[in-house]
Amino acid sequence: MNFDVEVRITLKPGILDPEARAIQHALADLGFPTSRLSTARIFSISMEAGDRTEAEEKARQMCERLLANPVIHRYEVEVRE
Amino acid sequence: MRFAVVQFGGSNCDLDAAHVLSHVCGVDTDLRWYKEGLGRNYDAVVIPGGFSYGDYLRAGAIAARTPVMEEILRHAKGGGLVLGICNGAQIAAESGLVPGTFAINAYPKFLCRPTHLRVENNETPFTSLYREGEVIRLPIAHKEGRYMADAAVLAAMNRNKRVIFRFCDPEGRVTEEANPNGSAENITGILGEGGNFLAMMPHPERASEGVLGSEDGKKIFLSMIRYIETTG
Repeated sequence: MNFDVEVRITLKPGILDPEARAIQHALADLGFPTSRLSTARIFSISMEAGDRTEAEEKARQMCERLLANPVIHRYEVEVRE
Repeated sequence: MRFAVVQFGGSNCDLDAAHVLSHVCGVDTDLRWYKEGLGRNYDAVVIPGGFSYGDYLRAGAIAARTPVMEEILRHAKGGGLVLGICNGAQIAAESGLVPGTFAINAYPKFLCRPTHLRVENNETPFTSLYREGEVIRLPIAHKEGRYMADAAVLAAMNRNKRVIFRFCDPEGRVTEEANPNGSAENITGILGEGGNFLAMMPHPERASEGVLGSEDGKKIFLSMIRYIETTG
């Protein structure tokens, strides 16, 4: 079966996000002051798997082994058929 | 004695490293294209600076998962020396060869300038020709060089004397002002668990000839050569 999986990688809470801070400054310069801004990275993946659980497990393995860096990142996996 | 400098697509300090090793330090050095692997046993492997795989995903992340890295891991497990410089250090961290990671600089732009470093441990194969506490001058050139690790890892690194270089001022003081990229505890050179793998963000190969303004980096390569000569 084919599954569409969305993987979302974000920085763990408390990890400095200099990119987000720079964007926040730029937004403020444009007249949009913000109290919080964070960045995330989304991977849209299609793959074959026996069932939903397998698809989710495969996506988690992808995160563990390549897509995320466990020192600074956390990830969420969402499976859509 | 023979050194290898591994070339990935996007490596750009490979020829500088090979030049310093062969022409300045006088050691036989092979350039090894990553797809061809190491191909033989080497005394030391250098993973040079650059932008392997265009820094896609994270700096060093994709190169860290290539088969040549498994070979380098085996080389290191067998006691062989490995020096990861800049992108090579990022690759080493992504491979888990050294703990922690090199994240985007605290001020998120590319920094290219000379820095002062304090040699924190000279009892390593890479630093034996320096004095402990010696202040040396090497350039940095990176955007993702902010060393990060959790408190427990940092404590263990300090305890086990695996912190090798810290950013400092010209007098050797480790201050916030002397920390160009926001690295934890100013750390920019760390030793892997076996003590035979050094990952560092500054570029010793760019400071190994007087004509370039500093020869302070040469002692890293000469220390490695001496270590191989005395243990070989």
